[in-house]
Amino acid sequence: MGYSEEKLIEEKVFKDPVHRYVHVRDRVIWDLIGTKEFQRLRRIKQLGTTYLTFHGAEHSRFNHSLGVYEITRRIVDNAFASRPEWNEGERLLSLCAALLHDLGHGPFSHSFEKVFDLDHEDFTREIILGDTEVNQVLSRVAQDFPKKVAEVIEKTYENKLVISLISSQIDADRMDYLQRDAYFTGVSYGHFDMERILRVMRPREDQVVIKQSGMHAVEDYIMSRYQMYWQVYFHPVTRSAEVILTKILHRAKHLHEQNYTFKHKPHHFYSIFEDRMTLEDYLKLDEAVFLYYFQIWEEEEDEILSDLCRRFNNRNLFKYVEFDPAKEYKKLAKLSMLFEQAGLDPEYYLVVDSSSDLPYDFYRPGEEEERLPIHLLKKNGEIRELSRESDIVDAISGKRRTDHKLYFPSDFLEKEKARPEIEQIAQILELNLDNGTI
Amino acid sequence: MLKDHAKIIHAISVSGEVIGRKKLQKMIYIAKKMEFPFQERFQFHFYGPYSEELTLRVEELCNMGFLDEVKEKKGGYYQYRYTLTESGQEFLGENSVEMPCLGDCLIDINDQNARFLELVSTVLYFDNLPEAEVREKIQTVKKSQKYTDEEIDEAYAYIASLKTKSRQLLA
Repeated sequence: MGYSEEKLIEEKVFKDPVHRYVHVRDRVIWDLIGTKEFQRLRRIKQLGTTYLTFHGAEHSRFNHSLGVYEITRRIVDNAFASRPEWNEGERLLSLCAALLHDLGHGPFSHSFEKVFDLDHEDFTREIILGDTEVNQVLSRVAQDFPKKVAEVIEKTYENKLVISLISSQIDADRMDYLQRDAYFTGVSYGHFDMERILRVMRPREDQVVIKQSGMHAVEDYIMSRYQMYWQVYFHPVTRSAEVILTKILHRAKHLHEQNYTFKHKPHHFYSIFEDRMTLEDYLKLDEAVFLYYFQIWEEEEDEILSDLCRRFNNRNLFKYVEFDPAKEYKKLAKLSMLFEQAGLDPEYYLVVDSSSDLPYDFYRPGEEEERLPIHLLKKNGEIRELSRESDIVDAISGKRRTDHKLYFPSDFLEKEKARPEIEQIAQILELNLDNGTI
Repeated sequence: MLKDHAKIIHAISVSGEVIGRKKLQKMIYIAKKMEFPFQERFQFHFYGPYSEELTLRVEELCNMGFLDEVKEKKGGYYQYRYTLTESGQEFLGENSVEMPCLGDCLIDINDQNARFLELVSTVLYFDNLPEAEVREKIQTVKKSQKYTDEEIDEAYAYIASLKTKSRQLLA
């Protein structure tokens, strides 16, 4: 028996609060979980700064990756098994891609990637194809197996059905993170009948389709996605923490470029500041490392860096007001000037954050073939896009709700409210600085 | 602030009118690959490089009233046309974008048909691979489009000419 078919003598199980148990029988999967690159995911939180809003949201990308693997395993071993459209030879590839799909995420990856213009998918590919423990395990399956796994994750693999298991509008990735994020944040949204969805999934040549009888379960899933989007992922307090985190990284990079002498040398950041980061450097970064620097940067001479780090560490975040760029963009130039007069650098202390700055999306019916929509399989064999059959989905997928907020340090404004420029700022932002209830 | 929004408004302004969401996606992607500083991130989707960030940003710009979106029925599907509104023009006047070479490149790209742009953007997406592998990849990921060798040659030639154009302009 080859390595690819090798089974563990006894099935291993991980207790999981969302799926109850994650079952591992394949030797390859067990070996991948044990690699140092996969174990690193324990030190990267799934929801970045959301724990500052929902204190339970401390779960990691390790938890999520195991969850995506488990859902994929249930699909291929139960829903798809022995169906003629499904090629059993793609089973291990699907499981490996599901397990490793987030392997390249960095610490607080959303802000981190934005500041340093990186893409975690590039690192996922590098880890899978490079000189790593993960690559050693995958290469034992077959010489071209790592490449295939990378292609599935990049969505360029020839079998689109395999891709759609982990990257489509109803995939194992989303089904895990919606439920897991709901569980750990403690919100009552995000729940749907996944067992039912798995039972009505059917493999087709290029995608997974859903039996018409499962439409209501899918409606529930789409509603969960919609509610989680606004209630958790776009939470304004989380966005405030992201704004500060982004500004810390910008400031540290800027100081390095200005030859600023840090009291404690930021060794972990040099290669990224200088745009010469290797995979080895990247893998040394995790959230513990970032939080360590944020703590020691509180002692830096640079007032902006130390202030932003104190704010992040102590959760003294920026406050916000709703901002309508269409009507209010002219105010920004005036506000920037007043912030400068007040001694606050607007580059760091006056920030517009838009919904397009966030990495989550709504369901889209896929007009003009932008993205593959969810398809329902009718009894007569006809395939119909979901929103054409479901009034509920049609109602929410057609709505375009966008959102912009203006973030600023209200505590500073309150402390300095006697200054005339602060008074003007308060007027423009319609703030009442007297009663401390901004 | 709102710099990334301003860049998209600028792109549509210099293009005149963009017909089709897919075309807009491909235009910005190709321009980004020509090293114009667009921040939107693209990933490979079923129909080639696609940016959810760009889709959202365009939605925001429509909601702000800076872009005009006209939805029209075409055969079995809807098509969207994008132009700049007067308030978009005014916004751009106050938030100028410095990308002097972009206009010529985008006008040229906008003149190409959607099928060809899908091929060009796919070739660019795989530009880290050797040409032979790219050709093989196109036949795998774009199987249904049945691109011929001549079309792929043409895409390579077009990319080279676009690069020269942007470099000449930059110089």
